[in-house]
Amino acid sequence: MASTPVTHESRAVAHATRQNALRKRSSGRLMIFGFLSPTLAILLFMVAYPVFSLIYYSFHNFSALRQGTMKPVGFKNYTFLLSDPELWERFVFTGKFVFICVTLQMLIGIFVGYQMQKNFRGRDVIFTILMMPMMLSPVVVGFLWRYMLNSEWGLVNFLLSSVGFAKIDWLGQTTPALWAAAAADTWMWTPFIVLLATAAFRGIPDTIYEAAEVDGASPAYRFFRITLPMSAPVLFIALILRLIDSFKQYDLFVALTGGGPGSSTQTVSFTVAKTAFSYFYTGEASALAVILLVIIIGLSMILVRHLTKMGEKY
Amino acid sequence: MAEITLKNLSIEFGGFKAVDEVSLTVKNGEFVVYLGPSGCGKTTTLRCIAGLVRATSGDVLFDGVRVNDLTASERNIAMVFQFVSLYPHLKIKENIVFPLKARGVAKAEIARKLDWVTDVFKLGDELSRYPGALPPGARQKVALARAVIRDPAVLLLDEPLSAIDEQFREEMRWELGHLQRQLGVTTIYVTHDQREAMSLADRIVLMNNGRIVQVSEPDRMFFDPVDVFAGQFIGSPSMNLIDLAPVEGGLRLGDSDVTLTAARDLLPQWALSAGRPLKLGVRAINVHLTDDPSFGVALPVDDIFSVGRERFFSFRIGDTVHQGVDKRSSTAGSEGRVHFDPEGLLFFDAATGRRVGAEVAA
Repeated sequence: MASTPVTHESRAVAHATRQNALRKRSSGRLMIFGFLSPTLAILLFMVAYPVFSLIYYSFHNFSALRQGTMKPVGFKNYTFLLSDPELWERFVFTGKFVFICVTLQMLIGIFVGYQMQKNFRGRDVIFTILMMPMMLSPVVVGFLWRYMLNSEWGLVNFLLSSVGFAKIDWLGQTTPALWAAAAADTWMWTPFIVLLATAAFRGIPDTIYEAAEVDGASPAYRFFRITLPMSAPVLFIALILRLIDSFKQYDLFVALTGGGPGSSTQTVSFTVAKTAFSYFYTGEASALAVILLVIIIGLSMILVRHLTKMGEKY
Repeated sequence: MAEITLKNLSIEFGGFKAVDEVSLTVKNGEFVVYLGPSGCGKTTTLRCIAGLVRATSGDVLFDGVRVNDLTASERNIAMVFQFVSLYPHLKIKENIVFPLKARGVAKAEIARKLDWVTDVFKLGDELSRYPGALPPGARQKVALARAVIRDPAVLLLDEPLSAIDEQFREEMRWELGHLQRQLGVTTIYVTHDQREAMSLADRIVLMNNGRIVQVSEPDRMFFDPVDVFAGQFIGSPSMNLIDLAPVEGGLRLGDSDVTLTAARDLLPQWALSAGRPLKLGVRAINVHLTDDPSFGVALPVDDIFSVGRERFFSFRIGDTVHQGVDKRSSTAGSEGRVHFDPEGLLFFDAATGRRVGAEVAA
């Protein structure tokens, strides 16, 4: 039979090809794992382990100062925290701070961004200068504003008194301190909104504006019906990022107010740090950190879902 | 609807004259097509009529009223752009009613108008979709619907069909012409595609280097070009252009020793006596092969090839290759003599490019 050797041969070839493919596939998988493993190791060690121990501590009565006294207490840390009116005040303060910051930053950021999308002389220079606060560390910003707001020799009170206003004890009272912190955060982070808004506005093609102009839309109508909705996806991302970030704000307050007067300008994360490292109620601090984590994961999930949806739409 | 008048319109961009002293009146309800090569100033002229580009000098008049200082929104024009300019974040329905909403038209009126354009453009299914979900042709149809929904004084179309696939373009072109006659709206259309211009226009405005070369009906544009540029730009394949020297007893073709004898009588005496070099323009459809030795001239025929229904041939004068259309009835083949239809001969002054020997509409 003349066809037999051919069949054998072709079978052998097919076999070899399959073996080859298998080897290729498994070596490919090995490669992928090889490349991922450093990152995975770091993530496991730096993220997964701390998070799990955090959750573990949160269910125990434990102080990092007294090793070996760890006692499981179930949800007691959580119930204690959630029934603590002082903690609710921290949440209310943080909420106020977030609301003021994000509102101011979005409004100013969008306005400035809209001016920045236009071409004018010196635009690039102004843009670069505008971006500078964002490059500083929050602690630096905190101290900078603390000096400016010093009630005796600060720049702000100097200016106020030179035009006849009374000096204000900015950082010694709760409400002025809240506004001072919001101002510092806004000064620092509005550039971020400006950056994203300018990019979003510039991404809208000229013909769209021309079409709108021909269609009889006034500048205001164009802004609210074309510019804003078309850049909404990007602005929404900016909004969520700022929400998350200002909600976590800690270092600015350390430098600016130290949480005072009293504990009235402590944000939730400030309280976590204080509980953990001043009072060393490690279990309680862990429980609070877990609550904070859940809230931030919630916010991030909105962001992630939005990003995925955006990918589908455009 | 309105009559549009351009008076000595010039538009400069940093010293470059994109549009140079253009004057034209577009009559009420007329369909005028601006035709010309890229960079000839046709789109700039259109954008100036729209109010998107400012005139450097000269005036734009709508029904005799100067509109130079009015913005695009104030001019009551509608425009369809070359690249789709639908609002991507709005549904088709919202896109179409945008011009009405922007002008604060009453809701009932908007609904009535929307019904009307939906009907005219057969858009029922698309209304609740987003522009991104439609093919380019359908998007441009929506852009057209958005343009006509509010009875504009003038409809401006900037190469609206150039981004659409060939097959759908033909269909859209037909629909567009039909729609324009139905609405009777004054329409100015810009294109570089002579077929679009020929099939749509009441009048074609041919532009080159920022100036108007010729304004005439499509037929006359083809048969009566005012100069070499007009003759060569219109028609496909391009008009043959042959150097011509008046000699004793005829007109010598190029550097050959062939002369056309009878053609001499077609030229006015002044053109011959001046002895200046001429150019002969003749379209392929006016050049044939013949086997009658008493007819035509002896020129080397290179090649005969069929393109669909037509059979083309090429012949040489000196080193230049020209084209003609062989009538199927002839059996001459490449041994035949080349015959020029006398009525298809166009003469141009070689120095200025202007047409010689015919009364031509400017």
